[in-house]
Amino acid sequence: MATLLRMPEVAANSTHATLSTWTHQEGDTVAAGDCLAEIETDKAVVEFNAEAAGVLGRLLVQAGQEVEVGAPIAVLLAQGEAVADVEALLHADGAAAVEPAQAPADGGARATAAPLETAERLRASPLARRLATQRGIGLAGLQGSGPGGRIVKIDIERASVAQPAAAASAASAPAPISGPAGMAQVGDFVELPHSNMRRTIARRLTESKSSVPHFYLSVDCRMERLLALRTEINTGASRKISVNDFIVRAVAVALREVPQANVGWTDTAMRQYAQADIAVAVSTDTGLITPIVRAADRKTLSQISAEIADLATRARAGQLRPDEYQGGSMSVSNLGMYGVGEFAAIINPPQAAILAVGASQQKPVVDNGELKVGTVMRCTLSVDHRAIDGALAAQWLTAFQRAIEAPLSMLV
Amino acid sequence: MAQETFDLLVIGGGPGGYVAAIRAAQLGMKTALVEKAQLGGVCLNWGCIPTKALLRSADVLRLVQGAAQFGVMVQPPQADLGAIVARSRTVAAQLNKGVTHLMKKNGVHVFTGHARLQGAGAVAVTAADGKSQDLRAKHIVLATGARARQLPQLPGDGETVWTYREALTPPALPRRLLIVGAGAIGIEFASFYRALGADVTVVEMAPRILPVEDEEVSAQVASSLQREGMTIHTGMGVANAQRTAHGWDVSLQPQDAAKAALQVQADVVLVAAGIVGNVEELGLEGTRVQVEKTHIVTDAMCRTAEPGVYAIGDVAGPPWLAHKASHEGVLCVEQIAGLHPHALDPRRVPACTYSHPQVASVGLTEAQAKAAGHKVKVGKFPFGANGKAIAMGATTGFAKVVFDEASGELLGAHMVGEEVTEMIQGFAIAQSLETTEAELMATIVPHPTMSESMHEAVLAAYGRALHI
Repeated sequence: MATLLRMPEVAANSTHATLSTWTHQEGDTVAAGDCLAEIETDKAVVEFNAEAAGVLGRLLVQAGQEVEVGAPIAVLLAQGEAVADVEALLHADGAAAVEPAQAPADGGARATAAPLETAERLRASPLARRLATQRGIGLAGLQGSGPGGRIVKIDIERASVAQPAAAASAASAPAPISGPAGMAQVGDFVELPHSNMRRTIARRLTESKSSVPHFYLSVDCRMERLLALRTEINTGASRKISVNDFIVRAVAVALREVPQANVGWTDTAMRQYAQADIAVAVSTDTGLITPIVRAADRKTLSQISAEIADLATRARAGQLRPDEYQGGSMSVSNLGMYGVGEFAAIINPPQAAILAVGASQQKPVVDNGELKVGTVMRCTLSVDHRAIDGALAAQWLTAFQRAIEAPLSMLV
Repeated sequence: MAQETFDLLVIGGGPGGYVAAIRAAQLGMKTALVEKAQLGGVCLNWGCIPTKALLRSADVLRLVQGAAQFGVMVQPPQADLGAIVARSRTVAAQLNKGVTHLMKKNGVHVFTGHARLQGAGAVAVTAADGKSQDLRAKHIVLATGARARQLPQLPGDGETVWTYREALTPPALPRRLLIVGAGAIGIEFASFYRALGADVTVVEMAPRILPVEDEEVSAQVASSLQREGMTIHTGMGVANAQRTAHGWDVSLQPQDAAKAALQVQADVVLVAAGIVGNVEELGLEGTRVQVEKTHIVTDAMCRTAEPGVYAIGDVAGPPWLAHKASHEGVLCVEQIAGLHPHALDPRRVPACTYSHPQVASVGLTEAQAKAAGHKVKVGKFPFGANGKAIAMGATTGFAKVVFDEASGELLGAHMVGEEVTEMIQGFAIAQSLETTEAELMATIVPHPTMSESMHEAVLAAYGRALHI
């Protein structure tokens, strides 16, 4: 019996995803578990695997196309089943994705699932088209408010505020809007289409910096004891513990000690977290992603270290699952390895704070009235003032500093 | 008397009210319209239309006076003020009949009398003879309009102190006319009376005439009017006025204390210093309807704070323009009918002044666009460089456009010159269709026309003007 394969909800609450590549062609025999396609969400590339064996009868969407979640993307036939059955199946489904003439009969609800080249002409004003291109908003998913459903400027403005990344990327938008996918040569510069990840970063951080009232607290941590302990632990160990692993553990310990800071702001209520889930910023070729070490307050340093290494590797390969980078209590962003002395980071809502970690540097310090050379790491905490007040943030930062400066406490 | 119940009842039969009533009838509503005076309102009877008739007479006079420059030799013409005014009244009367016909054709029930809200969904209409009638309606649209603002220093007497109303039906041409207020109304009458030979002085509180227009527009019109012999005092207000044997002795006080005060003698003073909304005696006291500075407060969809009560047009605040009122009437009614019209975008309401030269504009001025944070592209093209304008002897003025540099959105267009009021719709359509500079540049404009200057102004904004 032929079955329709549908776009899965690869990320929670996502309405669309981009089918980036088909790994099989029509007519290919596939086994259960075979990877059929790669699907790109805002943050990751996920494999789409066959749930049963069969023959790929028909691919209903093209590679690179953005598809609504739940819309049919391919037909899987049983061995020996005729291709003719495909039409009946599609007809029964009402999707009519292959025949553009039938698309409107579906009420337009699945119109985005139809190959865009053959879809009904998009009605949008020239200004709306240009603004959409400039702001990276796809027109295909928008409901026009102008005469006959024409998309006009106000619709783009509403979309810019409401759902910046929900619609298609510029590369998958219909040809008249952005021209051929890929690089567009304009004057003395080259325009590289945004990736979904780039768009998400832009949207989320713009939202955060313009809507979350940030304030910043800095503290200098003396690193001599931590560095000595690290050398001791790493001597002869197969897996080396990094300074960053210590920091993640210290953040978790401090959150356990000051649970009032383990919160997140939502419009209706304060979210109090039960465990310390620490998001660790990882830089990849395509952008920034923050995988999460869950319950770091209940994990050992070596567990944390192994977990971060695994998350970072898979983040760089674009293989994180959405649940591995969504949520979290607090983030750590460390640029110390680049020699950055200090910086302030942007909060990643709904988290209420992010710790920006600078390099451990030799500096003049005063111990008991005596000037000497010490190793100091400067950390800056960015705090959402809606959720955490200054005194509480200071209390948390002191607990963090104490953990770093008395590192044995982190091992218990 | 039995109560009649309507889906929609409009109070006020001006260009806002009667258009709202027609649209409601088109959408299948049982519609009533209450008007206490004349259908068509001020616009048709005492405003837009009769003034255009007067100004047309001034144009004809001006054209005949200048006939020699076109090689046509005529005797010096005589203006017959009585005949000019009579023609203006005939035009208004003809259109008033037209509105009556439109109401009938659309099945709108017209009630003559003064309407007053009587609690939720109830309206009492009192006729001139004192008889009262109770009506009920699910939705009530207030479209009562506005009237001229009075100045306490110059109490209106209808003879030596006029409002637009008296200025439309002058018994004789005033020798010296002082016009207080240089908005569209003041400037149009100034233009008319100057053309007929009155000694016209205009005083304006703002630093320039037509203060809502683009600065370059104000400057161009001021210089044209002064060339025709008009006296203009800007940045001056009326401090006090003394009644004299011949008329008025008016003291003008400068806004800037460093400047000297002035005395102006006039036989007649025309007060054109803004308008006030007709919000009295409407029964608003018993409702949640809010009134601020003589205007009814509404949201973008013309809804007042009282459910089921709406306000459109002049009574709902500026811009005080008939076409704004009509547009609000349509969108208000469509929304009531469950359609989804867009709110009125003030940047897309064109404004016209029928002086000589005419002024027409839509959208933001250059200064407003910059103040709003736009990085702008501005283009300007003078009619003096336009072939048709030269052939017509109409080289005064220019077309100017303001684009948002980033998006190419046409933020505003501003024109001064002959018949520019007929041309501005080109830019209004461009805005409504949301074209960018690209579509405007790609449009083929017929040659020879004065509207080529609009195209050239767009090209000029992007450094591509062809004929300058």
